[in-house]
Amino acid sequence: MSGGAAAAGRALPGRPDDAPALPSDRWRALEIAFWLLVVAAFFVFPQHRVLGSQILITGLFALSLDLILGYAGIVSLGHAAYFGMGAYTAGLLAVHGWGEPLSGLLAAGLAGAIAGYATSFLVVRGADLARLMVTLGIGLMLYEAANQLGSITGGADGLSGVAMWKVLGLWSFDLAGTTAYVYSAVVLFLLFVVARRIVASPFGLSLRGVRENVKRMPAIGAPVARRLVAIYTVSAAMAGVAGGVLAQTTQFVGLDVFGFPRSADLMIMLVLGGAGRLYGGLLGAAVFMIAHHLLSDLNPIYWQFWLGLLLVVVVLFARGGILGAADTLVRRAAARRARTR
Amino acid sequence: MTTHHRIPRRRVLQGLAGAAALGALPRFAHAQAGPFRIGLILPMTGPFASTGKQVSAACRLYMQRAGDAIAGRKVELILKDDTGLAPETTKRIAQEMLVQDKVNVLAGFGLTPLALATAPVATEAKVPMIVMCAATAIIPQRSPFIVRSGFTLPQVTGPIADWAAKNRIRRVFTMVTDYGPGLDAEKTFHARFRAAGGEIAEAVRTPLRNPDYGPFLQRAKDAKPDALFVFVPSGEGLAVMKQFDERGLKQAGIRLIGTGDVTDDDLLESMGPPAVGVITSFHYSAAHESPENRAYVESFMKANNGMRPNFHSVGGYDGMHLIYEAAKKAGPGASGEQLVEAMKGMRWTSPRGPMTIDPQARDVVQTVYLREVKMANGKPWNVEFDKFENVKPVEG
Repeated sequence: MSGGAAAAGRALPGRPDDAPALPSDRWRALEIAFWLLVVAAFFVFPQHRVLGSQILITGLFALSLDLILGYAGIVSLGHAAYFGMGAYTAGLLAVHGWGEPLSGLLAAGLAGAIAGYATSFLVVRGADLARLMVTLGIGLMLYEAANQLGSITGGADGLSGVAMWKVLGLWSFDLAGTTAYVYSAVVLFLLFVVARRIVASPFGLSLRGVRENVKRMPAIGAPVARRLVAIYTVSAAMAGVAGGVLAQTTQFVGLDVFGFPRSADLMIMLVLGGAGRLYGGLLGAAVFMIAHHLLSDLNPIYWQFWLGLLLVVVVLFARGGILGAADTLVRRAAARRARTR
Repeated sequence: MTTHHRIPRRRVLQGLAGAAALGALPRFAHAQAGPFRIGLILPMTGPFASTGKQVSAACRLYMQRAGDAIAGRKVELILKDDTGLAPETTKRIAQEMLVQDKVNVLAGFGLTPLALATAPVATEAKVPMIVMCAATAIIPQRSPFIVRSGFTLPQVTGPIADWAAKNRIRRVFTMVTDYGPGLDAEKTFHARFRAAGGEIAEAVRTPLRNPDYGPFLQRAKDAKPDALFVFVPSGEGLAVMKQFDERGLKQAGIRLIGTGDVTDDDLLESMGPPAVGVITSFHYSAAHESPENRAYVESFMKANNGMRPNFHSVGGYDGMHLIYEAAKKAGPGASGEQLVEAMKGMRWTSPRGPMTIDPQARDVVQTVYLREVKMANGKPWNVEFDKFENVKPVEG
């Protein structure tokens, strides 16, 4: 990592967006390219739209974790709790006769937000290790609650009979996943814009302040706990919406929406893509799920070995995830150019 | 070596049949573009990997013995892993298999939620969905395209309740896994055992994930019942047996009874002597006495490094038989509806014994056997000693 030494001359290495002023809110060319890619994938891989929609949903879920982990520094191993709340809310509404997708999503988001707000006080209090335990515990409790309330949730058999109406009365969820893809992409984009606005606001900057130095923030007049409760609630709402989209597009809710593997995979995806960068979660979800898909197609029995190897390689050789590594490469190239000039 | 000789002869016969069908081929060529594809979705990794291993091995064995063509049309088996955990993954794989691979039949389905999540896909695509493993009674009601080749829990639970009541067992402690099939087993056992004059000492439910059976078995021991009835998912029997042995329930005079999952053939060898004397009721035992089963067990073990076929494997084997026979009967270019129609009422002798597909319920009607674990040639086997014929899938 000799290039790292060259980059160390800069004022704040590692995160170029950590400038003291409010970050620029202009859309960069690379960002526009990313969203064009989402559109292009729809046309280039018409046979993979179901996978695509599930990647977009997981991306949204990862984005919600990024808000608390990447920006506010709250580690969580139980984010599936809010995802599951959203999924069951949207699923139950549809099972009981209200299959309108958009209002269902609003309800899912609301359920996530309420659960998030209620539990945020427990999470905000502790330090990292305590937070890991508390979030893990909340996830496990909700999992068991959903299991025990079999008459409402369907228990371990899952909630089936989720009958969705057409989106805006026009498009029904089809077998090829066309509607599901567009629906997930639009929801993801809208919430992404919201998240992007939040992290670029003074509120977002104060979160980064909390992440970097909790003790100093009260000294400059920032109410740490209140800020954390706010972002935790927003993040939980977003996770709820992601769960809602999954329930609506799959038209089934299994207990696994609350499961620990879902929270753990999410953490892996975010770290893989790069936390604290918004796009990290989206990219991590895409890479993780596509790798999973391709590897398990190659060999349905031993694919997990290769997935594990990929993760180890990324963590060892790409600091800050894929986006972090890309950043380092770009900066190293720039430094070399400056030296030769 | 006998099977080794038999297969080439079969191949020759098929070749001849294929050649004979060649004359008729152009007429069908339009409807039969490409091979007849079977999409097999199973948990090949994760906690339920043993189910996937058994079923996929059985499906391959069936194709090896019956040939990879139906009336001249090539059969292709596409196997995908759904890890057995997330229903949306199973459903997605099914959707992809239909859209991308254009499969003619979906098959597999290791657990109930995975089958339930996929049911609407089968209905929408009008493609037969063969449920080979998942055993909750309600599954076939969720789509007119579902046909089951495995078994249902109420079906295999009833007989052991009757047996217990008739064999001086008055008080029973029940322990089931807390999910669909477990609750089915508990409900059926309680109803049948009480109807026969028995008493339920206590009923406990163990969690589906990471269960520790020790404390539950201790409670069972303290309740001093005549027998302990157990249902656990495939693969969990070993842990139960170990705790049963370690906690000395047998010495305390408590008999172990249950559905055959507890003495799963796949695990029975590892259980060893402590399993001897356990009475279970089930639809399949690797020790079933019939020429079909002897040939099946022999070729299965030969092809799989000595792995003993278990009840999930016959679900897969008979599922393949169902698909092959339906495709032969309805013609390999038949639609999904025609295939399901052809499956209804089908009747054959499987390695497990005689079985029928109920035309209304699209579910298995089969013989359920009472078995006792006995040592033979130094290894424990589920030896059948009584049977109940034509047991319906939802008999309470």
